[in-house]
Order: sequence, then structure tokens, then C-alpha cells
Amino acid sequence: MSAAEFTLFLEAAVRLGIPLALAALGETISERSGVINIGLEGSIIAGALGGALGALAFQSAGMGVMTGAMAGCAVALVFAAFVIGLGADQIITGTAVTLGGLGMTGAIYQARFGATGTELSLPTLQALPIPVLDRIPLVGSALFAQAPTAYLAYALAPALWYFLFRTPWGLELRAVGEAPDAAKAAGVKVRWIRFFATLTGGILAGVAGAHLTLAHAGTFAEGMSAGKGFIAIAVVVLGRWNPILVLFAALFFGAASALQFFLQALGLDLPYQLFLALPYVLTLAALSGWVGRARAPAALALPWESE
Amino acid sequence: MVQVRDGPRVRARESILIAIGAVVVTALAGAALLLAGGYDPLAAAGAMLRGAFGSWGAFTSITLVRSVPLILAGLAVALAFQAGVWNIGAEGQLYAGAIAAVWVGLVGGALPGVVLVPLVLLAALGAGCLWAVVPTVMRVRLGVGEVITTILMNFVGIYLAAYMVHGPLQEARGVFPQTDAIAEAARLPKLLPGSRLHLGFAIAVVLAVTLAMVLSRSRVGFQIRAVGASEAAARVSGQIDTRRVLVGTFLLSGAIAGLAGGVEVSGLTYALYENLSPGWGYTAIAVALLAGLNPLGVLVTGVLFGALQAGAGAMQRDAGIPAAWVGVVEALVILAVLGLDRVRRLRGEGA
Repeated sequence: MSAAEFTLFLEAAVRLGIPLALAALGETISERSGVINIGLEGSIIAGALGGALGALAFQSAGMGVMTGAMAGCAVALVFAAFVIGLGADQIITGTAVTLGGLGMTGAIYQARFGATGTELSLPTLQALPIPVLDRIPLVGSALFAQAPTAYLAYALAPALWYFLFRTPWGLELRAVGEAPDAAKAAGVKVRWIRFFATLTGGILAGVAGAHLTLAHAGTFAEGMSAGKGFIAIAVVVLGRWNPILVLFAALFFGAASALQFFLQALGLDLPYQLFLALPYVLTLAALSGWVGRARAPAALALPWESE
Repeated sequence: MVQVRDGPRVRARESILIAIGAVVVTALAGAALLLAGGYDPLAAAGAMLRGAFGSWGAFTSITLVRSVPLILAGLAVALAFQAGVWNIGAEGQLYAGAIAAVWVGLVGGALPGVVLVPLVLLAALGAGCLWAVVPTVMRVRLGVGEVITTILMNFVGIYLAAYMVHGPLQEARGVFPQTDAIAEAARLPKLLPGSRLHLGFAIAVVLAVTLAMVLSRSRVGFQIRAVGASEAAARVSGQIDTRRVLVGTFLLSGAIAGLAGGVEVSGLTYALYENLSPGWGYTAIAVALLAGLNPLGVLVTGVLFGALQAGAGAMQRDAGIPAAWVGVVEALVILAVLGLDRVRRLRGEGA
């Protein structure tokens, strides 16, 4: 691989990794509070459609990101209402929310634009090169000539790390995810923290969805989230619930996905469909090997009720 | 969700009440959403009922045929969930079963039907089981939760099927991404003359009854339910090898989901193509939950969801409502079951 090819590869890896990073960073916060949101996929697809509709209505990609975030948050609100409000099972509720999100966005899209899958002409998020940094040899243009949502992910990873491990609120949030009863005894509002952590996850998943339509595809397609919500959850495990590692894990997955373009460009005639499966296989391998017995938050996926 | 301490009969009665309640809640919530979207809910319901139950032909050739993979995959999910195994991987296991069934059905053409059909179904069972091996080992040996791993395996299965129909198993003409039709001898016989309903429906019924008997009457069934109620309690009781129960249930669940794919191929489509399943493995979760994880209940809810899918086409045609709406209905059903189950538990605690 030449230097120019490597730069292109890295650029594709970052482009494909960013939506995963955004969703996985949000999921990290929610899982640290003890809530595993399998409905993330629903938030992402809602963010994708919400972003498209908002960008069309306001003729602004920036507004699209805002409406996408709101749509993702709305889906997470349904999830939170059942999981935190009613104490329902997180896995099953999440599955329902994903099914509902995919169905609802498909129905709204078909009702609004017809069943044929019209290409929308959306205002898109343009790449925003950062002066000086984008000139760094090899990696500069790949990392620092991306859509603004990429910089959001770069900034969020250390910020969330600082929040989780260096602030009293972060400590409370982690306590809620490890030992909710003890946290409650210490006066921490367990439900509210889980509620806000889950909504944060939904907002970031919505931004990830908006990134898919506004920075990536330039249009909406039914089911375009294509399992990214589930991969983001695997990315959180890969990143050991640590925001900075999660960012790198998302980029690793992006690189695995980008590999197909480059092996094809190198003239290796390997079947396209197997390349599509590769990132999932690599993630399984990484989960069973590298992660080993990395420990999830102790109260993850357990419903909690105050006595 | 599953409690061993209640007698099976009490649980069955409560499950039925919850299921009926969930259907009513879903109908009301769905109608409200349709109204909000500017559609006529009564026209939608009418079109759906006509499409699913409008004639004997529609009922047997569409609704019941659609229900076969849903019942089988629903049984797979119900069995796993009973043991506390969150197998969200029925979709991938189903594809694995379909691939294996098609392969055997293509290469075994020289064999007589009485040999080939069982071979096809065994291949589907084996492949589904195989597809569950990786998540099972990762859970039992490495402590990696099966929710994520089964979902990841779904994608691998779907892409593997896509590869097969573009590559090694593509039809001889090489035009479409699909396999050739399997040998006549590999096809399941039809149950009713002039109908598309095939032997797969009978297989699903027999399997449901068998599983119901095993779960409620046998020692193994009790062990499965005990592990599902509390793995830790079952382990410290010292009487149950929880690991063996988990592994066995997980693999059997995968095998049954694989059978769903094999039966679909050898009973209906006779070929494999991309997007063979419109997400049956996920719909199966709604099927199993609405049935209260009871195999006999799965027979009923499987037909109900078969009707929903059969009616969705008619709804789109006659009332202009997008077929994607089915996903919303499935979600509403699951959420309604969860909500009502919560109400039941609160009342139980109050009494």
C-alpha cells in the first residue's frame, strides 16, 4: 500500500468509524449507569430520518443534526420509560424499540416520499478541514478534513473520560451502575441518573444517525442503520467501557469495514459479501480474545427498584 | 418473566390474559398512531383481516404458510428464554439452516424422498446448532454475553447466505443471485391439495406439543425452567449442572431456528436467495413473548403474526398503508406484554 493509498484507507476508516463512535460513546455512558440499550439501533435510524427531515425543512444540515438528535432522544425516551419507569427487561424492551424504530421510520418515509425509495436531495454536512492539522503527513487529511460530527466524537471521548473518572457526577453515575442499592443509600438518585444517561445515549445515537444521512449517504434509505446500533454495543465492550478506548475500538471497526475497498483496489478478487461479514467476525474474535474477562458494570441490564 | 413457583396452570391462565390484553392495547395504540398519521384505522383493519382470513385459500396458503417459520423460530426463542439464554440470533441460525438445507437438497437429488427429506431437515438442524456454538462457547467459557454475540452472528449468517447465492451455490444460469431449485425429492409434501400449505406446518405443531410436554412434565424441563428463574440458585442447589443445561438449551434453540430456515426452503421457496427472511428471527421474539414463552401459545401467536404479515400486503394495496408498519405493530405487542406483565407482578406483590 502506498502512502496515498494508506491515507485514503485511513480516511475511509474514520468516515465509517465516526457514526459508531458517536453511538458507542453515548452507550458507554448509559451502560456505565447500568442500562444496556439494545434499542440504540432504533435511535440511530430515527436520527437518520429525523436528520433528513429537519435538514429538508430548515434547508440546513446543522439543523438536521439537531432534529436527528431530538429524534434519537425521543426513541430513547420510550426505552427509558419502560426500562426505568416500569422496570421492564432491558434486552426485550430494546429489541422492541429497535423493531419499532425501523418500522416507524420506514412507514413515515414511505408515507412522505412514496414506496419507491426516492433519492432525497439534502443539504449535506461538508468536510471542515482544520488548518495546519490537516497538513500532517499521512494522517492529517484523513483525521482532520472530516465532517464536524467527527470532531464532536474526537472531543467527546476525552471529555466523557474526564467526566466519568474525574468528576463527582461521574463517580455517582458509575456507582449507580455498579451498586445501585449502595448508591441509593448514599443519597444518589438512581433512577434520574439512569434516565439522563439513557437519554444522553439516545441523543448521541441520533447524531450518529444524522451523520449517516447528512455526512455520509446524502439521502435516507429504509433500514440504512444496518445494524450499527448493535455494532456500537459491541464496540463499547471492545473499548472496555472506557470512552477513549471506545473511540479507538470504533475506528478499528471502521478500519475493518474500510479494508474491503482496499483489498479490492489491490486487485484481490475476494468476494464482496465475505468482506461485508469481516468486521462482524473480527469483532467476535476481538470480544473473545483481547477483551478476555473485561468486567461489565456489575448492575448492567438488571432492573432496579427502590425498596 | 418466568417463575417456577407458580403452577403451570396458573401461569398459563395469566399468560393468556396478558396476551389478550396486549392484543387489545396494540390494536388501540396502533389505531391511534394510524389516525395521527392521517390513515383510516378501520379501513386498515378491514384490509388486513380480508388479506389474512378473507378466504380459506388466503388463510391456508398465505396466513398459515407465513406462520410456519414464525412458529419454529418462536419456539427456538421461547425455549432459550425459558432457560435465561438471550438468544437474539434466531435470524442467523435460520439462514445457516437454510443454506445447509439447500446444499443437501441440491447435491442429494439421486436419493429417494423418504431419505432425502429427513437429510435436508437434519442438515438444517445441524447448521442452526453449529451457528449457536460460537455464542454458546463465548458465554460459558469466556463470560461474553450472548446478546451481542448472537446479533453479530446474525450479520455473518446473512452475508454468508448472500455470498452463497452470488458464489458457490448460484444458479447454473448465473443470472440471478439465487440457487437452483432443490431436487423434487428434497421438497416437503403439501398438506392440503391445491394449497401451498406444506408438511412444515405439521412439523411445527408436533414440535410445539413435544416441547410443551418436555418443559412442563419432564426433569429436563424443570431444570431448564429452574436455570431460567435463577442460574445462581439452580447452581448452589447442587442438583443441577447449570452449565450443561445452558449449553444444551442454547444449542437446541439454535437447531430449531435452523430448522425454521430448512423447512422454509424445502417446503415453500425450494431455493435460497438474499433476504429470504424479512427478519423472522426478530419477529420470533415478539411471537415467543406474546405466548408467555409457552410452546403451545407460540402456535397461536405464530399464526397471529403470520396473519399480520399476510394482511400487511393487503393493507398496503387496499388502504395505502406502508407494509413497514408491521414492525411498529410488533414493537407495540412486545411493549404491551412488558407493560401488562409489570401490572401483573405489581398486583401479585400487593395480594
